[in-house]
Amino acid sequence: MAHPPPASAPELPAELAEATRDGAALKRFLHGLPGVDQVGLEQRAAGLATRSIKKDSKLWAIDTAIGMVDLTTLEGADTAGKVRALAAKARRPDPDRPDTPRAAALCVYPDLAATAVEALAGSGVGVASVATAFPSGRSSLQAKLAEVELAVSAGATEVDMVIDRGAFLSGEYGRVFDEIRDVRESCGPAHLKVILETGELGTYDNVRRASWLALLAGADFVKTSTGKISPAATLPVTQLMLQAVRDWRDRTGQLRGVKPAGGIRSTKDAIRHLVAVHEVAGPEWLSPALFRFGASSLLGDLLMQRRTQLDGHYSGPDYVAVDQ
Amino acid sequence: MTSDSGIPGSERPGEPTRGHTDAPARLGVTKTYKLYIGGAFPRSESGRVHPVHDSHGEFLANAARASRKDVRDAVAAARKAFGGWSSATAYNRGQVLFRVAEVMEGRRAQFVAEVAAAEGVSTGTAESTVNATIDRMVWYAGWTDKLAAVLGAANPVAGPYFSFSVPEPTGVVGILAPQQSSLLGLVSVVAPVLAAGNTCVVVSSTERPLPAITLAEVLATSDLPGGVANLLTGDAAELAPWLASHADVNALDPSGVPDSLRAEIERSSAGTVKRVLDVRPGEQDWTREPDIRRLREFTEIKTVWHPVGM
Repeated sequence: MAHPPPASAPELPAELAEATRDGAALKRFLHGLPGVDQVGLEQRAAGLATRSIKKDSKLWAIDTAIGMVDLTTLEGADTAGKVRALAAKARRPDPDRPDTPRAAALCVYPDLAATAVEALAGSGVGVASVATAFPSGRSSLQAKLAEVELAVSAGATEVDMVIDRGAFLSGEYGRVFDEIRDVRESCGPAHLKVILETGELGTYDNVRRASWLALLAGADFVKTSTGKISPAATLPVTQLMLQAVRDWRDRTGQLRGVKPAGGIRSTKDAIRHLVAVHEVAGPEWLSPALFRFGASSLLGDLLMQRRTQLDGHYSGPDYVAVDQ
Repeated sequence: MTSDSGIPGSERPGEPTRGHTDAPARLGVTKTYKLYIGGAFPRSESGRVHPVHDSHGEFLANAARASRKDVRDAVAAARKAFGGWSSATAYNRGQVLFRVAEVMEGRRAQFVAEVAAAEGVSTGTAESTVNATIDRMVWYAGWTDKLAAVLGAANPVAGPYFSFSVPEPTGVVGILAPQQSSLLGLVSVVAPVLAAGNTCVVVSSTERPLPAITLAEVLATSDLPGGVANLLTGDAAELAPWLASHADVNALDPSGVPDSLRAEIERSSAGTVKRVLDVRPGEQDWTREPDIRRLREFTEIKTVWHPVGM
């Protein structure tokens, strides 16, 4: 905890500033957070998931969700060609229907960030790059910062970092905090999304603690998962994170975002998440600036459902671009 | 019937005995059947059921009344199953269809009773219908590995190429099964589609769905991968337009569509570039020996040119 907070960071209320003083204070603060009522949380998530969104509201929700998609390709087999193809899809998701909103960002590995930046120049679609030894996060701080440097210098506007789950689970909150803070500084103007990998955190209490830890350390977004571990984004976990950013707004006045990633494949899932955003955080979070979906196959289903709404009959995968 | 002790009135009270007219008759268990989608038996998404009567108007059972969302789910299941079924070897597909015939044979008494009740025919006629149905399944099972030889060719071309034509399955086929012939007609339209390597969504006869439901139970227990055949009961006139306009259905067999709806169905099929089987108005005679027309209609010919001697 040797670093002073960045000069640009706004003042935190006294009790939050106190929490970031040292490792012991941070631990006290995180363990002092109220415990999560697991049954209540899951019941509320299930209850919100039964809301029926139809007709005009459904079309609005589909368009909103398309505008929130971080189109993601994070495979060992990624090529520049695939990134360019996805960039074209992010610019114009449904070429037959130019009124379709564009995706929020394209999410790639850092070595392909330059390709993505070039392919998306002037389109308004952001370029997100994962960094810090994604997906495991097992490397030295030096290597992680070098990777962030690579992404930012290539022109990435958003950096998705992973936390060191090993350190978090063994209670070394200070180390995780310092790492996020260091990455935050290396990001410069780029937005920082902090991936908690909730599938490895074990309990809802840990998810709440990790969310607050990331927010205290300066994350612009908290993100559920890498997409490499199952379970990835579930409704209760997203809801917990939404509670955290809502409480953060109430205590500091700052708006921070949430990004569920992995496992959201259908329009139905996406709409359920939007309902949770509206009900748990609030309507101002229904914007790509504060809520994103990390997904690869979701966009195809959203486009099919959009066509179904507009054409009056069911659509099929032959009619939308398939990612290869 | 006499009681063992021979003393009148020694029967225990409440025990039903023959001849006792005031004893309660056994209550029959009336079934409420479900749909067959993706290898499982779900209720209709709409929760609707409709009563099914025999040819004399006697109540038989309740059948699910599928909605457009069940059509959507069934098409999704058929699409998911298409990769596996279409790439299975012709030999394997033939074995599976033969297995279906075997399991039907085991259920023949049930089929005979259901066909007799649904179509109002004598037991003897129903028996010969069930025999013809099982024979038809075996006939189509035998075609799976002969189709490529009959429909395909090594084409004579004037150039340094081998040119081959091979039949490939069309994709997901929507089938509106015949309204009158509840079992023989059904199998006569479903078997060729499966034998050619397609997956299908079948809407059974509206008034006579019970043999179709039993066929679904047979398919579920005879090695046919889940989703290859999906069977919906309900109103054909309600479901046909949704199946015809669905963009992920590649071909349509409109055998069971009411004649008044035919034109509309063909128009909306054209809107999504569907292959529509040309069937004459009215119901055909399903007892006639089949030919390979239906196998040919639900395959597409792929021709490959391969350079030689270069």
